[in-house]
Amino acid sequence: MDPIMMEFSQHSPVLIVMAPFLLGMAAAAAGWANRKWAFPMAFLGLLSGLIAAIHMLIKTAKGEILVYHMAGWLPPFGIAYRIDTFSALILTAIMAVALINLVASRASAEKDFTEKAPAWYALYVFFVSGLAGMVATEDIFNLYVLLEIASLSAYALIGMGHNRAPFAALNYLLMGTIGASFYLMGVAYIYIATGSLNMTDIAVILQEMGPNPTITMAFALCMTGLLAKMAAFPVHGWLPNAYTFAPDATTNVMAALTTKVSIYIMIRLVLSLFPLSLAFDTGIIADAMVWLATIGIFAGAFMALAQKSFKRMLTYIVVVEVAYMVGGFWLGNRAGMTGAMLHILNDAAMTLCVFMAVANIRARRGADAFSDLKGLFQTMPFSMGALVISGLAIIGIPPTCGFFSKWYLISGGIEAGHWGFVIALLSASIINAILFFKVFEIAFFEVPAETFGQNSREHESDHHTHHGLPSLAMAEARISMLIPLIIMALTLLALGFMTGGIVNLFIDPAIPGQVL
Amino acid sequence: MDAIPYFIGKYNYWGCIFLFFLGMYAMISKTNLIKKIIGLNIFQTSIILFFISASFKHDATLPILMEEHKGAIDPVMYLNPLPHVLMLTAIVVAVATLGVALTLALKVYRIYGTLEEDEINHAIQSH
Repeated sequence: MDPIMMEFSQHSPVLIVMAPFLLGMAAAAAGWANRKWAFPMAFLGLLSGLIAAIHMLIKTAKGEILVYHMAGWLPPFGIAYRIDTFSALILTAIMAVALINLVASRASAEKDFTEKAPAWYALYVFFVSGLAGMVATEDIFNLYVLLEIASLSAYALIGMGHNRAPFAALNYLLMGTIGASFYLMGVAYIYIATGSLNMTDIAVILQEMGPNPTITMAFALCMTGLLAKMAAFPVHGWLPNAYTFAPDATTNVMAALTTKVSIYIMIRLVLSLFPLSLAFDTGIIADAMVWLATIGIFAGAFMALAQKSFKRMLTYIVVVEVAYMVGGFWLGNRAGMTGAMLHILNDAAMTLCVFMAVANIRARRGADAFSDLKGLFQTMPFSMGALVISGLAIIGIPPTCGFFSKWYLISGGIEAGHWGFVIALLSASIINAILFFKVFEIAFFEVPAETFGQNSREHESDHHTHHGLPSLAMAEARISMLIPLIIMALTLLALGFMTGGIVNLFIDPAIPGQVL
Repeated sequence: MDAIPYFIGKYNYWGCIFLFFLGMYAMISKTNLIKKIIGLNIFQTSIILFFISASFKHDATLPILMEEHKGAIDPVMYLNPLPHVLMLTAIVVAVATLGVALTLALKVYRIYGTLEEDEINHAIQSH
C-alpha cells in the first residue's frame, strides 16, 4: 500500500464520521453555487464512509479491535473511538443502506424539494454521519452529542414533508428530546459516580466499585431514554405519524436505521459499560423488559392490522420489529442476544427493501391505500417481486434472512423458558403473513376500476376464476429506483445464506464470554 | 437517616429535579405548542444546572494558572472544568433543538392557523 493510503487507512474509525459530515457541508454549500453538485457531494460522502466501514470490517474480521484516540489524547481524558467486529458490521450496514437509498431517492428528492434539494442531501448525510458516530464512539458524552446530531437532522428531514409532517416532526422532537435528556441525566449520574466518560474505563471502575445505587439509577435513566429513542412499545407514539407523513425518501432511511442504532446503543451500554450482573443477576429488570417486548409485539401487530394504508401499516411493523430485538436481547442468553444482534442487520436491510418498494408504488400510483394497490403485479412486476421477497423476510420464511434471526430469537426464548415471548414471536409471524398476503391478494387478483371503466365491471364478477383478468400495460417505476430495490431484495436472500459466517465472524466475538 | 439535612443539604439537586419534572409536565400536558417548547427548554436547562452544581466546590477557583501562584499547583484548589465544557456543548445542542422546534411550530402555524394542539387535532380529524 502506498504511504498516502496507509495514512488514510489508520484514520478510518474517524473518517467514517468526518468524511460524510464535511462532504455534507459541501453539499449544502453547493446549494448556493450550483445545485447539481449537491448530489455528487452527498454520494461521495457516503461512499467514502462505506469504504472506511468495509475497510474496518475486513480488519476486525481478522481479530483486531480498532481504537482511535482523537488528536492523540489518551482516554480517559480524550475521546476515543472503538470499533469491534459487531460495530464494524453495523457501520457497514448503515453506510450501505444510506448509500443505496440516496441513489434510489435522487429523482424523487429533486422533484419533491426542488430548490431545497441540496439542504435535503446535506441533512441526510448529517443524519447518517451522526448515526455512524453513535456506533463508533466510546465516549458516553460524545455519544449524546452525536445522538442529537442525528436526531436534529431527522426532525428537519421529516419536517420537510407536507401537510401533517411538521406537526408529526414536532411531536417526535418533543419525545426524542425527552429520551435524549434522560440519557444525558444518566451520563451525569455515571460521571458523578466514576469521574470518567470513557466506556472501557467506566466498566473497570464499576467492576472495582461493586453495587452502587447511583449506578442503578444511571442505568434506569439511560435505558428509559433509549427506549423512547427506539420507539419501544409504551413510548412508540411518535413513530407511526412521523414515518407516515415524512417524504418517502426520508422514511426509507429513517425506518431502516434510527431504531436499529438505538438498539445497538442499548446493547453496547449493557454489554460493555454497565456490569452484566446489574442487568441480569436479579432477573427483575430483564424479565420486565422481555414482558414489555411481548406486549409490544402484540400491540404493534394488532395496530398494524387496523391500518388502511400500506406505508402506515409498515410503520407499525417497525414497532413490532423493535420489540423483537429488545425482547431477544433481554432474554440474557447467547442465542437470544445473537438473534437480536443479527436482527439489527437483517431488519435494517428488509425494512429498507419494503419501504423502497412502497416508495416505488407511491411514486407511480400517487397513493398507497390498500384499494390503490389493485393490479400491481401486472403493472409493476419487478417492484412487486422485491416486495414479495421483503414480505417473506419480515414474516420469516426460510431462504430469506428474516427466518434466521427469528430462529435464534425463538430458540433463545425457549432456552430461557419465556414462553410468552415465543408465542408472541410466532403470532407476529402469522399476523405479518395475514398483512402481507392481504396486500398480495389485492395486488394480484383485483383489477383497478378507473383504468378500464365499464369493461372491468363485467370481469369483476369472474375475476376469481383467473381467465377473466384483463392484461394491463406495464408501468414500472423509473430504472434508478428499480435497480437499488432489486439489489436490496437480492441482499435479503444473500444475507440469509451468509448467516452462519456473519454470526461466527462478527456477532459471536462481540458477546462477552460469561453470557451462555 | 436525618431527613432535614438530607433535603436542605442537597437543595441544589432537589431544585434540578423539580425543574426536570416541571419541564416534562409542561411538555406532556400543555396543549399550546409554544408552552410545550418552553417546557422543553426548562427540561434541558435542569440537566445543565445538575451538571454544573455537581462540579461546584467551596473555596476553589478556575483551573487557570495565574502569575501569583508561582508554580505551586494543588488540584484541591481548582474546580473540575470538564462538566462546564460538557455543558457548553449541551447548551449548543439545546439552542439548536429550540431553533428546530420553533421552526416546526412556525410551519405548523402556517398550515393550520393555530398553535393549540386540540384545535390542530380537530382540523386533522375533520379533514
